[in-house]
Order: sequence, then structure tokens, then C-alpha cells
Amino acid sequence: MDITVNGEEKRFEAPLTVAGLLDALELAPRKIAVERNLEIVPKSLFTQTALADGDRIEIVQFVGGG
Amino acid sequence: MTPEERERYARHILLREVGGQGQQKLLAARVLVVGAGGLGSPILSYLAAAGVGLLGIADDDVVSLSNLQRQTLFRTEDVGRDKVEAAREAIARLNPHVKSDAHPRVTEENARKIVSGYDLVVEGVDNFAARYALNRACIAEKTPLVSAAVGRFEGQLSTFKPFADPGVLPCYRCLVPEEPPREEQVNCAEEGVLGAVTGVMGTLAAMEVLKELLSVGDSLAGRLMLYDGLGGAFRTVKLPADPACPDCSVHG
Repeated sequence: MDITVNGEEKRFEAPLTVAGLLDALELAPRKIAVERNLEIVPKSLFTQTALADGDRIEIVQFVGGG
Repeated sequence: MTPEERERYARHILLREVGGQGQQKLLAARVLVVGAGGLGSPILSYLAAAGVGLLGIADDDVVSLSNLQRQTLFRTEDVGRDKVEAAREAIARLNPHVKSDAHPRVTEENARKIVSGYDLVVEGVDNFAARYALNRACIAEKTPLVSAAVGRFEGQLSTFKPFADPGVLPCYRCLVPEEPPREEQVNCAEEGVLGAVTGVMGTLAAMEVLKELLSVGDSLAGRLMLYDGLGGAFRTVKLPADPACPDCSVHG
């Protein structure tokens, strides 16, 4: 299936969860939020949220300055 | 309102969504501003100019020369002074009707007591620990929290009031369940920030405070606004409550 990650189209084997995607991209969940089709996915649901063909994913890095 | 106040706030009073009644709400409002830095500068300026009756200012830093690239509340001659004192003076020059109170740095221990004296809290602090402390205190006191953060060329903004719709509206910890590893945190001191980014995000934070106080428009509660300064783009995305959130979950 094809998924757009930060504007770039990528191909993955289905099935794939949000947690699986982060593994594949070698991203640590602690420093980011994942936005799927304009909605933030709660972190506790990363392992059970299945991605679908055509999903648009944005990886949002937290900023902490004031 | 006195004739002087009616003239000062004339452009507000003209707005159908504000009017004399809305302006009265602002004059009676008590807002705690946590962090008198890059975000706090425009937040304090716009809330003071708008006539918010009481502004609490919590910060324990002194003004340093490297602050002045973005912290527009301060002048070169303020370097070395307590930020809270310099900020209170700046506010008084802008609008002598506004009362201000000084508070120390917000911690897990003092947060709830400080928050309890205000109708709304807005924060632009430079660390995650203070954001967690404020988040918990605001949930306990059922006080809305407008939260802004910046780093490099980016900003993030939302309003948290999970108590208004438990299980649906998120708190800060639904977004950031645990503090990112310290070495990977994007903060102004280590990563830098373009000064104008703090102006953009602080002004947007002030806007959301005024909307909440006036009960007008669409609240950012349940949404996250993301600013990409280099790309020249905003994105606002849905932000649901995390059912496993340790701070606001109805089940936890």
C-alpha cells in the first residue's frame, strides 16, 4: 500500500500499524506526535491503529521553547 | 466604563462579538501568564492592551542580553533586572488600568495554589516539567489552559480544557504523554529560534485567550495548530483525548 509520509510517497507491506511505521522509519515515539489524515493519533493507540492505502501521515516533532 | 476607557477600547466596542459587554468581561478577567519570555512578551502586551483586569506573571529569570532578540517587552536597559518586575512596569506604561501580580517559577508544588486565583492560564514556558505541572493544576482547578511552544522556525498551539467534555477533549499530556529525551528536545537556548516566530505564536496565544474570555469563535480545544515558519504555512489538526492519559482519562 502507498502512504504519504511528510509529503513523500512511500510503499509498505500491509498490514501496518502506526507503531510498525515508526519502527520502519526508525523513529522513537517519545519525541513525536503522529498525525494521520489531519488527526493526531493518541500514543496509546499506536500499536492498534492500522494504516490504510492512501493515508497521509505527518510526523510532528514536539517543540518545547518559550 | 469611564469616558477614557470607552475611548481606549473603542475599536473593541465596535466589534459586534465584543461590544461594551465583552469589554466588561475583559476588564473583570483574571489571567495567569506563565513565562515572561519570547511568547510571554506578545501575550502580556496584547492582554494588557486589551484591558484584561488582572495579569499574573510567573517567571523567576532575569533579563539577559540574548533575550532581547525576541522578548520585545524588555529594553536594553532592563538587562540584569528581574523579568517579572520589568514586565510589570512595561504593562503599567501600556495600560495603567491593568493590575499585575508577581509569582515565582511554577513547580509541581506551587502550581495549584497559583492557578486557583485565575480564570484562565496561558503558558509559554521553556520546559516540559512546568507544562506538566500546569496541566495537572489546571485540570484539578477546571481552569482552561492555552499552551504555546516554539523551536527554531516552528510553533505549536492549543487550548486544553478536558473537564468541558471528558474523554473527548484532550489535556496537554494527551499530546505529550512523556517528556522527550532531554538531548533531543528542541529548545531556544540550544537550538535557537527566530525571534519573529515567538511573536507569531505569542500573538496567536493571546488571540485564543481573548476568545475563551469572550466565549466567541471556535476554541482551539480539541485541535492543534502547527506553524511552519520557513514554509509559510499553518495546519490545524484534530487532537483527541488519549483514553489512557494518566492525567485526564475518565478511566484512569
